This record gives sequence, C-alpha cells and structure tokens, in this order.
Amino acid sequence: MNSDVMFYLLAGMILMFSVLTVTSRKILRAAVYLLFVLISTAAIYFMLEYTFLAAVQLTVYAGGIVVLIIFSVLLTSHISEKAVMAGMKQSLLSALAVGAGALLTLITIMRFAFVPSAAPAQTSRVTDVGNALISYGRDGFALPFEVISILLLAALIGAIIVARKEKDSVIVRKENEIK
Amino acid sequence: MTGTIPLQYFLVISTLMFFIGIYGFLTRKNLITMLMSIELILNSVNINFVAFNRYLYPQNLQGHFFTLIIIAIAAAEAAVAIAIIINIYRNVRSIDVDKVDEMKF
Repeated sequence: MNSDVMFYLLAGMILMFSVLTVTSRKILRAAVYLLFVLISTAAIYFMLEYTFLAAVQLTVYAGGIVVLIIFSVLLTSHISEKAVMAGMKQSLLSALAVGAGALLTLITIMRFAFVPSAAPAQTSRVTDVGNALISYGRDGFALPFEVISILLLAALIGAIIVARKEKDSVIVRKENEIK
Repeated sequence: MTGTIPLQYFLVISTLMFFIGIYGFLTRKNLITMLMSIELILNSVNINFVAFNRYLYPQNLQGHFFTLIIIAIAAAEAAVAIAIIINIYRNVRSIDVDKVDEMKF
C-alpha cells in the first residue's frame, strides 16, 4: 500500500517536472527541473530494487550531466535570458504529432497482455554487477564493458579537442583587430 | 518492493516522458534545451529497460546492464555535445538553431 502511494507520487513528479523542463522559459530553471526528473527516476530504480543502478543514476546523471549542463548554460547565455519559443503553428503541430504518437503507444501497451515472471529474482549487489561486467561467459558483459571504455576515452579526447581555444578563431581575430 | 503496481504503469510513465522529450526537441530553439530533451528521451528508455527486466525476466540482469551502458553513453554524448555547443557559441556568438545556419546550403 505504501509503495503504491510512493509510486503515484514519483509518477506525478516525473510527469510534472518533464513538462516543466520542456516548457520553462528560463534555461537554468529547465536544467533544475531536469535534475528533479532524474532524481525521481533514481527513486523508481530504488523501488524496483536495483540499488546499484539507482546509485549510478544519481552520481552520473544527477551529479555529472546536470552540472555539466548548468555550467554550459552559464557559459553561453545571460542568467536572466528568456528562451525563444517556437511559433504557435509549430507548437500546435508538434503537440498534435506527439499526442497522436503517445495515444497510439498507450493503446498498444494497454492492449498487450504482459505475463509477469514468477522466477526468483537475480540479486544485483555490487559483487554480482562487478562479476558480470568482467565475465565473458553466458551472463557476462565483458565485450560491452570494453566497448564502452573505448567510447568514453574517445569522447573525452574528442571533447577536449573540440572545445579547445584555437588561435585563429573569430573572437581572437576580432580582438586582434581592435588592438 | 513494487507492491501491486502492474508493469503497464511503468510503461505509461516512460511513454509519456518519451513523447514530452520529443515535444521539447521539436519546439525548443536553444541547443542546450534540445540536449536536455534528449536526456529526457534516454531516461524514459532506461525506465522501460529496468521495468521489463524486473517484471518479465527477474532471473537475468540484461536490462540492468543495458541501462548502465546507456547512462555511460548519455554522459559521453552530453560531454561531446556541450563541447560542440561551446565551440559554436565562440564562433557565432549564439546557440539559437535559427542563427546557426552557416553550413546551410
């Protein structure tokens, strides 16, 4: 009973803050609303008893990505700047397309008979997660783990190269012209 | 514990969150807010994976690990996207999609 109330509370929070994220005029506020959505999602993972996953969600998403987004908001726009929204026609057509898609998906979900499994649950403690990540047997995930490591390294180097200040960028050239 | 909540409720949340993200992606003009919409979409897919894993195949951990990998990919994607956005801002002085049209044919 208690978990039911908790679930409805989390569902309401997720939906409300998702809508606020995409409609808020102030970009910094939108980032904070996104943070609330991500924390509520972590709470749902806790409810489903995937505690390690919830911890990763909190540290990587809520702790890492949102901070990165807030920093880039502060770097690229004035703090009280209002976001330019799409025109009436574009919003209306987007809402129509999105509503139709959501309706279709919801009808399909509600009509499909899912059969919950009664099998005993596999534990997901940190030991199990770590063992599965380095095992290459049937239930091992060594290959995706290695691939994701290479991807992270590539993204790290790529981000540094792209964001590095070049000597002949437009700003530097303009600054030199002023001098 | 999940109590008496059926699987469908989790799918309904993730569906609505996914389409709200798409709505934001279609209507927003600012590159950073479009990135936030993409994060919403990725997050809704994660809820799907985890709920299916818990309800339909609790003896395996496939959905759990796919979600872990998607979180890592989302972090890498956000880092590269923000590097590109900052570079665009440095060159164009704006991150509005309407003003970034230098490479438009």
